[in-house]
Amino acid sequence: MTVSEPLIRVESLVKHYGGRRSLMDRLAGRPAISIRALNGVSFTVARGETLGLIGESGCGKSTLGRAVLRLHEPTAGRVTFDGADVTALSPAELKAMRRDMQIIFQDPYASLNPRRTVAEIVGLPLKLHNLAKSGREARDKVAAIMERVGLKAAHLDRYPHQFSGGQRQRIGIARALISNPRFIVCDEPVSALDVSIQAQIIKLLIELKRELGLTYLFVSHDISVIGYLSDRVAVMYLGEIVEMGPVERVLQSPRHPYTQSLLSAVPDVDSPGLRKRVKLTGDLPSPQAPPPGCKFHTRCPLAVERCRTDVPVVRTVGEGHTAACHFAEELVQG
Amino acid sequence: MSGTMGNLLEVRGLRTVFDTRAGEVRAVDGVDLDVRPGECLGVVGESGSGKSVTFASVMGLVRSPGRIEEGTIRFEGRDLRALSPKELRRIRGRHIAMTMQDALTALNPALTIGEQILEVLYAHDETLPSVGRARTEAARKKAVEMLTLVGIPSADDRLRYYPHEFSGGMRQRIMIAIALACRPKLLIADEPTTALDVTIQAQVLELIADIRTRLGMSVVLITHDLGVVSEYCDRVMVLYAGQVVEEGPTAAVIGDPRHPYTKGLLRSIPRLSLRGQPIEPIEGQVPDLIGLPPQCRFYSRCNERIDACLQPIAMREIGAARRARCIRLEEETRP
Repeated sequence: MTVSEPLIRVESLVKHYGGRRSLMDRLAGRPAISIRALNGVSFTVARGETLGLIGESGCGKSTLGRAVLRLHEPTAGRVTFDGADVTALSPAELKAMRRDMQIIFQDPYASLNPRRTVAEIVGLPLKLHNLAKSGREARDKVAAIMERVGLKAAHLDRYPHQFSGGQRQRIGIARALISNPRFIVCDEPVSALDVSIQAQIIKLLIELKRELGLTYLFVSHDISVIGYLSDRVAVMYLGEIVEMGPVERVLQSPRHPYTQSLLSAVPDVDSPGLRKRVKLTGDLPSPQAPPPGCKFHTRCPLAVERCRTDVPVVRTVGEGHTAACHFAEELVQG
Repeated sequence: MSGTMGNLLEVRGLRTVFDTRAGEVRAVDGVDLDVRPGECLGVVGESGSGKSVTFASVMGLVRSPGRIEEGTIRFEGRDLRALSPKELRRIRGRHIAMTMQDALTALNPALTIGEQILEVLYAHDETLPSVGRARTEAARKKAVEMLTLVGIPSADDRLRYYPHEFSGGMRQRIMIAIALACRPKLLIADEPTTALDVTIQAQVLELIADIRTRLGMSVVLITHDLGVVSEYCDRVMVLYAGQVVEEGPTAAVIGDPRHPYTKGLLRSIPRLSLRGQPIEPIEGQVPDLIGLPPQCRFYSRCNERIDACLQPIAMREIGAARRARCIRLEEETRP
């Protein structure tokens, strides 16, 4: 850690939801059922880096983004931001820290208060963190950030419903940026948008990152988006990272059978039908009762007896490239 | 457009408008389209392009404040707009079926999936015995057959299940099973996989492709995903602001797009291979469909626009099988 400490360090992060029993359950002697959304996730994000997080619905990728910011309180594990233990902060300290760590949400319709004007929505972080000396200054700052994200400062007093989906996402970005954060969790920020608008927002996020020296944790189910803008990528399945590494390596020579099947399922506009499909059968198992051994064995085309009982350890398969599969060393896709 | 003979579905000059307080929204404005027997036609467009309204019009599902202003919709040569509601019902569900984007809202939550499949069979299947136990038995057998065909395990047992007891991918399969129950000649699938994860999306699309080959039916795949079109469709039609802007064989259109909008869409797709290169989005947004000026609808966002674009633009043929709505195609030398 001598060269440079990563901006974000996540160690064995665990998040379980639920687990409370109703009176009826207790009387009937039913055990507590909890959803194991995150099961010991560890990774780092270097300064100025974009770590892409991919996985299907229910794999825990959004929970992970939120647990890192303590928007959802982690059950166990540790998150450090620039050396400071985020998981140990008091509520007041956490609030101050939030200035540096922001989030952009997926749904630009649900994440903006319909009863507040854009000036109020975007200006709120200034108020919370005392970043403007006067109302005038706050308004100027909001106007400046609006222009930067491609909105007209003249529209400051409009309400969210007066904007299109793409414009609303720009408002969400302006709100995240106004406190000059260093780290942003982008939680599926382009998934709800049309293709042409999606490209506009991706371009904006890349420009902003370069200009402001931001660090992103970019959560998406869209492998093309992740491939285009991430430096490194982590693949999640049932609350665990199954593969992680530099984006070219993971997407071009994946070593975990889940990554391989995920990649082969994406329809390719440039070379249709060229890839060999690694077919996955069935649906994601319930995170309430994850399978024993390797959690992927119920859908894995290569599973053998050992996978049903032994939890695979994470192996290094290349420089900075890890995979949690018993056969990761042998699984080179030809 | 050549050869009107032999098209399963043929739509000409379709205009569907919605009357709103702000004015008349021209959601579909002069759409021509053909679906040939056995083919898979991809229909691509963004929100508000009119792709869903076009096919809601074909199905006779446009309700007030919407109305079909003009146009003909021919299915196997019969004008669907001239049919009585009763006659239309005989075709819809029996020969043309449609699956909706959101399977959870499209399925009735209060009925078991068995009841929902049987309803279609009782309404349309003329091969069933006309009365009694034999009819029930035969219908039930067919329902199980359809669910098995779409890959629902232990289908016999599952007939008693309600929609909420299935996962998203399974629900989409059930809706496909209902649509296919009467072996239609045309399946219109409206964004069948948009709400699904990629691995499940691949399963559902493979399923549709497989059944298409087995039953020899035609498929219209409405989608916003050019990757899906590229993998599964023979021909593609691109819609923008209520009009068809480009149409042709998929490989030709994707390999060599001729309308600036199609070009822009293809450039907008992020790809791993484009890392480090700047992405080139189409700037601006879709125009308001109320009170559109009589000019090229893509004008305000087009990077190839010229003054001549400020007039109504007609479709232009590019060879025998392709068309595009761009005036600048005139400048190209034709062989």
